[in-house]
Amino acid sequence: MNTKSLYQEVILDHNRKPRNYGVLEKPSHQAVGHNPLCGDHLDIALDLEGERIDRIAFKGESCAICKASASMMTTVVKGKTRADAETLIEEFRDMAMGKLDVEGPHHLGRLTVFAGVRDLPTRVKCAILPWHTLHAALNSVTTTSTEAEDDPMHAAIGDA
Amino acid sequence: MKLIEPALEPQFTSMLDVERIRADFPILGLQVEGKPLVYLDNAASSQMPRQVMDRLVRYQTTQHANVNRGVHYLSETATAEYEQSRRKVQHFINAREDREVIFTSGTTDSINLVMHGYGRKFIGPGDEIILTTLEHHSNIVPWQMLAEEKGAKIRVVPINDAGELHIDEYERLFNERTKFVGVMHVSNALGTINPIKHMIAVAHQRGVPVLVDGAQAAPHLTVDMQDLDCDFYAFSAHKLCGPTGIGVLYGKAEFLERMQPYKGGGDMILSVTFEKTVYNSIPHKFEAGTPPIAAAIGLGAAIDYLSGIGMSAIASYEHRLLEYATEQIRDIPGLRIIGTAAQKTAVLSFEVEGVHPHDIGTLLNQEGVAVRTGHHCAQPVMLRLKVPATTRASFAFYNTMAEVDAFITSLRAVLEIFR
Repeated sequence: MNTKSLYQEVILDHNRKPRNYGVLEKPSHQAVGHNPLCGDHLDIALDLEGERIDRIAFKGESCAICKASASMMTTVVKGKTRADAETLIEEFRDMAMGKLDVEGPHHLGRLTVFAGVRDLPTRVKCAILPWHTLHAALNSVTTTSTEAEDDPMHAAIGDA
Repeated sequence: MKLIEPALEPQFTSMLDVERIRADFPILGLQVEGKPLVYLDNAASSQMPRQVMDRLVRYQTTQHANVNRGVHYLSETATAEYEQSRRKVQHFINAREDREVIFTSGTTDSINLVMHGYGRKFIGPGDEIILTTLEHHSNIVPWQMLAEEKGAKIRVVPINDAGELHIDEYERLFNERTKFVGVMHVSNALGTINPIKHMIAVAHQRGVPVLVDGAQAAPHLTVDMQDLDCDFYAFSAHKLCGPTGIGVLYGKAEFLERMQPYKGGGDMILSVTFEKTVYNSIPHKFEAGTPPIAAAIGLGAAIDYLSGIGMSAIASYEHRLLEYATEQIRDIPGLRIIGTAAQKTAVLSFEVEGVHPHDIGTLLNQEGVAVRTGHHCAQPVMLRLKVPATTRASFAFYNTMAEVDAFITSLRAVLEIFR
């Protein structure tokens, strides 16, 4: 899929009508993610009901790739367990960086529309930022960055 | 109403043979995404003509050795060529003497040299440094580092909504503690040409030296050190059709002589013992270690190339490109030009309602059009004008009116996707 159709077919739909866009009252977990390269930022808030993501919302200033990635992410992880979400986070990141064989086994489903960003090296971080931020929120890291020295993807659980 | 210098000489409208010029730039023939490249990121870095490449090859093929060292043929030749380049720079910017031209690694390095060599020696606790809202991060961060180290204070000249400096406010910022002024000649983010001659005169009336960041001016305007009377002027070769890794710091000899060296090492000394080291005279005092010799010679060749076309001719042609592009882009619905100063170089920064610049940049690239998106290393300007980021098309003398059309057509097509 070329870049133009990536935009036309999927990204723009979620950019125009982002799902789960807004703020949650008193969420159990939240984090803000920054992409210092472009100044974009994204807030993610969620409620964990036991181990399950009960509610999730996002808000922020970002490009269409980032916004669509966040929008689709929230629809996919809603109702999933923390462990399932972490699996998706890892798989999504690997896919965006070209390290995942999209033809092989994975759990990404329609999120594979983002596989094309691996050919846009300057935009990979835009697609990953929401997932980065979700990981931080799940692990009670309240602020993260795509340029963080310690990749929050591997931050210790519960380490604030 | 303050005096604004005429940046261009409209009476001087010698025509450029753009097609012939383009033939000198091999890279302009490139296809990107199957489309002819339309390179509109010249404010970030310009392209290199074959004449400069050939000069680099000739140097490496027949003239290379280390400078200021050997008594053999190649070392003497390399030294002579390196110093010849210094004189080319001197004449290009109309400096009084060639020893007022210091080769650095670029504009950032030049500004850091002044911060270390002048600032750390002559700026102390409670002293004030005047900068402007328009500055590139490279003319902000070094002074912040100095202010933090010395307990000095930074005062900032505000801008209006068009992206022009408030000159009255600038004059009001001076007091008995003001020790230094740093101002860019031309804004990289907006294209604003600042009235630096007037600003320098204002500072000099109060005995305050001025550093001008000329990175965006030297490639597009005639710059004259003696006419401007600035104390320091910094620019880079790679925005001037030259190589990366080389730039210039012009400094008045009287200042350079009073300054402390920034880097220590070979070439910058007269004699070294463990008891005492005597520094070399200027400019060598500031050129420690083996310099980027080939790059310096390449810069000389780039200056020859640009001088052959003529800076006045370049300025007036680029102004026509800007006027045409501005006219074309204005009609696009939802688009707002960021930076509408009366005096501008050929830079078009803009935002489009509801569309992020990075998406515009990625999709324009699909059409072969190269633009810059983001904050342009000038976050204070973005903050002041309340835009998180812009898309910036920046033109050079080798761009054509047809490329402006291709850019506008592509931009309209890209924005159509978002409607």
